[in-house]
Amino acid sequence: MAYSAKVMDHFENPRNLGKMDDADGVGEVGNAKCGDIMKIYLKIEDGIISDVKFNTFGCASAIATSSMATELIKGQPVEKALELSNKAVVEALDGLPPAKIHCSVLAEEAVKAAVADYYTKNGIELDPEIFGSCNGSCDHCDHCGE
Amino acid sequence: MKTVYVDNAATTAMCPEAIDAMTECMNGAYGNPSSLHHAGQEAASIIVKAREDIAKCLGAEPNEIYFTSGGTEADNWAIRNSARLGAAKNKNHIITTAFEHHAVLHTLKKLEKEGFEVTYLDVSEDGYVTAEQVEKAIKDETCLVTIMYANNEIGTIQPIKEIGAVCKAKGVLFHTDAVQAVGHVAIDVKEQNIDMLSLSAHKFHGPKGTGAFYCRKGISLVGLMQGGAQERNRRPGTENTPAIAGMAAAMKKACAEIDKNAEYVSALRDKIIDSIVEAVPRTRVNGGRSPRLPGNVSFCFEGIEGESLLLYLDLKGICGSSGSACTSGSLDPSHVLLALGLPHEIAHGSLRISLCEYNTEEEADYIIEELPKVVKRLRDMSPVWERIMKEENE
Repeated sequence: MAYSAKVMDHFENPRNLGKMDDADGVGEVGNAKCGDIMKIYLKIEDGIISDVKFNTFGCASAIATSSMATELIKGQPVEKALELSNKAVVEALDGLPPAKIHCSVLAEEAVKAAVADYYTKNGIELDPEIFGSCNGSCDHCDHCGE
Repeated sequence: MKTVYVDNAATTAMCPEAIDAMTECMNGAYGNPSSLHHAGQEAASIIVKAREDIAKCLGAEPNEIYFTSGGTEADNWAIRNSARLGAAKNKNHIITTAFEHHAVLHTLKKLEKEGFEVTYLDVSEDGYVTAEQVEKAIKDETCLVTIMYANNEIGTIQPIKEIGAVCKAKGVLFHTDAVQAVGHVAIDVKEQNIDMLSLSAHKFHGPKGTGAFYCRKGISLVGLMQGGAQERNRRPGTENTPAIAGMAAAMKKACAEIDKNAEYVSALRDKIIDSIVEAVPRTRVNGGRSPRLPGNVSFCFEGIEGESLLLYLDLKGICGSSGSACTSGSLDPSHVLLALGLPHEIAHGSLRISLCEYNTEEEADYIIEELPKVVKRLRDMSPVWERIMKEENE
């Protein structure tokens, strides 16, 4: 199991790493028991993600996928961020080992969770077609054998 | 960048003595040890000598030593043969521990499917089992007790002599996977009541892909494979003469210097453990401090995950391990740490540093300097650590 040079670059030099005190939306997904948790902070101005930060507990690919996901959504309209797929994150990182694909799923879900938080705070109804999935629960996922 | 290799429980660098013995053998003694001509007999005499040297290091007789491809084969052989002997007497119960190497655990899982009953003894939270536990678990149907000499992840050394005595008194075969112990702690199979023992050359500066199985005289032993008459009809296939010569040379050296090395390496070990525990809050030392393998350092750092820790250390030139290399690729935390009763979230943050006599004081200092920085870097980005700190401040 070897990581691509891009994964190692984002692991070594994570983009948008940090916390945000005045975030407009915060999403946290994952489970410490499974070995990875991602937390994404969004600053939103005029429907555009003007700033984004992340904190992650997890393996190198968890850190790299968080970093890449934040880079892909920064400066984008909120609706566009919701279209971010785990596949897009994997492709942008030049691939992930099969056992680590779940990290990219977590990154996608962390972005969705942060947007959901922003919508909820602003009284915008959540579309179940988009937000029907995880939001921090591990029930849907069997990667840690639970 | 300088490489600080501290993953000696995964494998070791070969010692010059082993390399010399191997190259000499490859250059000169290329004959087949089964051939009657002088070229073959020259190779055969190398094997005879290697068997004597290895037997001597273990307090065994040369004809009790069988050469194998390594520890895994020896473990499989010991367990399979004992199960065969047990089945012939309607004894289908085996006792082991919950934190054995997979070479033992997976062989036993297979036997369970074949109708054997296996008792997995609980391990104490500091990583030991007792002879009393073994004694209580033995029943009329027990045909084998297999317990590792020293644990590969946390380094705890088990009370082998006492366990062996219990087995002897009850008439049950006793096997120990001594892959991590041979060459690092003094072993005497007779004095320690060991019926069978597995060892692997590359854990004590010998070559990879070679090992040995000690099986006490008087135990009926049948081979795992069919073929030629090598190893007294029990392990067919042309002998790996260079590897056997290299293993014997490495073992001879390791056993001759065992006390000196243990003293030096355990001082490095204790320095690293004491310094890191002092420098890094919420650090857990896995496994009791004594008796412990001279080179084993095992930590869990709360709030971070082991693989990223391992890879950040690698970027600084430090080659360690997160648990066992055999389990990497799996997403679950190590079965050894879970057997100690550690919660999953803490077991994820494990780091094993395994030292040998080639490591220097400067390397230990470098680890002591760099490791806390790496842990801090990961904690600073960890939502789990953020929560732990919040709870601490409340």
